[in-house]
Amino acid sequence: MSIDNTNVDLKAVTELPTETGHFGPYGGRFVSETLMAALDDLTELYERLSKDPAFQAEYDKDLAHYVGRPSPLYFAERLTEKAGGAKIYLKREDLNHTGAHKVNNTIGQALLAKYTGKPKVIAETGAGQHGVATATVAARLGLQCTVFMGKTDVERQKLNVYRMRLLGAEVVPVTSGTATLKDAMNEAMRHWVTNVDDTFYIIGTAAGPHPYPKLVRDFQSIIGRETKRQSMELEGRLPDAVVACVGGGSNAIGMFYPFIEDEAVAMYGVEAGGHGLDGDDHAAPLCKGKPGVLHGNRTYLMEDENGQIMGTHSVSAGLDYPGVGPEHAYLKDIGRVNYVAATDDEALEAFHTLTEIEGIMPALESSHAVAYGMKLAAGMDKDQIVVINLSGRGDKDIHTVASLDGIEI
Amino acid sequence: MNRVDQCFADLKAAGKKALIPYITGGDPKPNLTVELMHTLVESGADIIELGVPFSDPMADGPTIQLACERALAHNTSLKDILGMVKEFRETNTKTPVVLMGYLNPVEVMGYETFANLAKASGLDGVLVVDMPPEESQELAGYLKENDLKMIFLMAPTTPDARAKTICEHGSGYLYYVSVKGVTGSAALDVADVKANLDRIREKTDLPLGVGFGIKDGQTAAAVAKVSDAVIVGSALVRCIEENENAPEVIKQKLSSLMKEMREAMDA
Repeated sequence: MSIDNTNVDLKAVTELPTETGHFGPYGGRFVSETLMAALDDLTELYERLSKDPAFQAEYDKDLAHYVGRPSPLYFAERLTEKAGGAKIYLKREDLNHTGAHKVNNTIGQALLAKYTGKPKVIAETGAGQHGVATATVAARLGLQCTVFMGKTDVERQKLNVYRMRLLGAEVVPVTSGTATLKDAMNEAMRHWVTNVDDTFYIIGTAAGPHPYPKLVRDFQSIIGRETKRQSMELEGRLPDAVVACVGGGSNAIGMFYPFIEDEAVAMYGVEAGGHGLDGDDHAAPLCKGKPGVLHGNRTYLMEDENGQIMGTHSVSAGLDYPGVGPEHAYLKDIGRVNYVAATDDEALEAFHTLTEIEGIMPALESSHAVAYGMKLAAGMDKDQIVVINLSGRGDKDIHTVASLDGIEI
Repeated sequence: MNRVDQCFADLKAAGKKALIPYITGGDPKPNLTVELMHTLVESGADIIELGVPFSDPMADGPTIQLACERALAHNTSLKDILGMVKEFRETNTKTPVVLMGYLNPVEVMGYETFANLAKASGLDGVLVVDMPPEESQELAGYLKENDLKMIFLMAPTTPDARAKTICEHGSGYLYYVSVKGVTGSAALDVADVKANLDRIREKTDLPLGVGFGIKDGQTAAAVAKVSDAVIVGSALVRCIEENENAPEVIKQKLSSLMKEMREAMDA
């Protein structure tokens, strides 16, 4: 399964996935037969609506008036000084309604759900950001919402669990397997297969069976499109590098996709390095994993020599996932994006730094991007530009950070 | 002739329907699986579906999820499962064995290696739950070279056009999933199953097996009337779950449930 990465036609890359949902050998549709018809229907619906100006207008209007877009591209002057190299800009997805990039996608998928006429939506969630974003749009559209969340995550993200319940969603703690995001996704799939007639599954990351990786990417691409425009307005040129954290990879693909053809823009996806890439306690399938099939798509996975999926570790629940979106797998193989990692400790240090010197408290997920982005900027010239995607705000992580600092709240 | 084809031909001649039990290989422990397979044959199994445990059994209900966990606690691998088939073949050369599981263990072993090893172990067919025909071409080629059947699922939600494609790609038999849901789901509706099987039968001569929701003699007999094969999994796996540390009791329970279904189907 090797890809020739010389002379890649980047325009052709932007036209992926193929009609069958493939990005080279990755992606596809690996689910049990019961779901195939629903996925065909969704693909067809999305193909039709994505070309429908009325649907696009409704989506754009919601992004402007409900989410609060465009999100600012903020020059982080003191962070730049501290890193001591390239100018650092932050793409402020943390300022979106609900506090993360996730809502860009849930608004879009909930609109799709509305067009299908299905009265119920379900979602899986790790950190709870996608669960909150789904519960939020469900409340607004009057849809019944159930969110599956690993029991471990229910415990470490209590604030978001309560937020979802306030929004009227039912939160189902999942105890099977490792009781984290992957198991929540298994359980959501099981629920969907049983209730496929009246339920729309809002997948939160750019993974899963076709057409999910494509439609999540399309909805999240607003991040990169705005960044390009804002960079031109503020600096008169595109950035030299963009940086985003990668769990399943939805905020990263949203930032990267519009830049694929801009070869001069270097791209860095930052995975969760956990306790370090030398051991097994991390969640970095692109850095250390191998290709395989999980959750409906072929992609890089953390798996053992027998093809069993391994438990992962990250301080951030949202990155604690053994797989990654298939488009990232492809972008890695063709060499267009560099996939790197930041450890728990590096992310925590970045969390504190950004909070202390910029007054911006990043989500622990986004802190991974901040950590790597600072390191990257330090090695670049002062007239160069790095954009870090600040995918979410850190309020939800205050308990985690406090307990790691030995403080009881 | 492949053992699966032979089996259905023999049953047809005898005017009988196939009883196909499923157990997860390595559950409750690896060294018991071959014995349990023999027990199943002695108590009326025509074909055995042997599950390959997977860490993330997305299409399975709690019963088979736990079976996977028990098997994986002993690190039961795909290679181990093929070893069990080989051992089973030392004393049984007649009963077809079909592997049922998820794609990733096969993917990691490599399709060609898997197909060759499967053939050498005496396996007869493969059902990969999360691999629809659209994604199966490469694996299908290697299986065909080794005279291994590729069995596909068909669901109540499968539209006619897809059903036709599945019939064209499948071999051995088709596995009709009787209810929308995971394994071990609620009771099935026989009239509904019959209507769907009639629809499928217009498109294929392959034998039609029905699984999901069959748990006793009564449901087995009802399904046998409208299908060619009755597939039972969770009800048997539950016998293992409830008697995890008592192998003799497991054998007795499996045997008595199998016999109950066999007798009801043959009556």
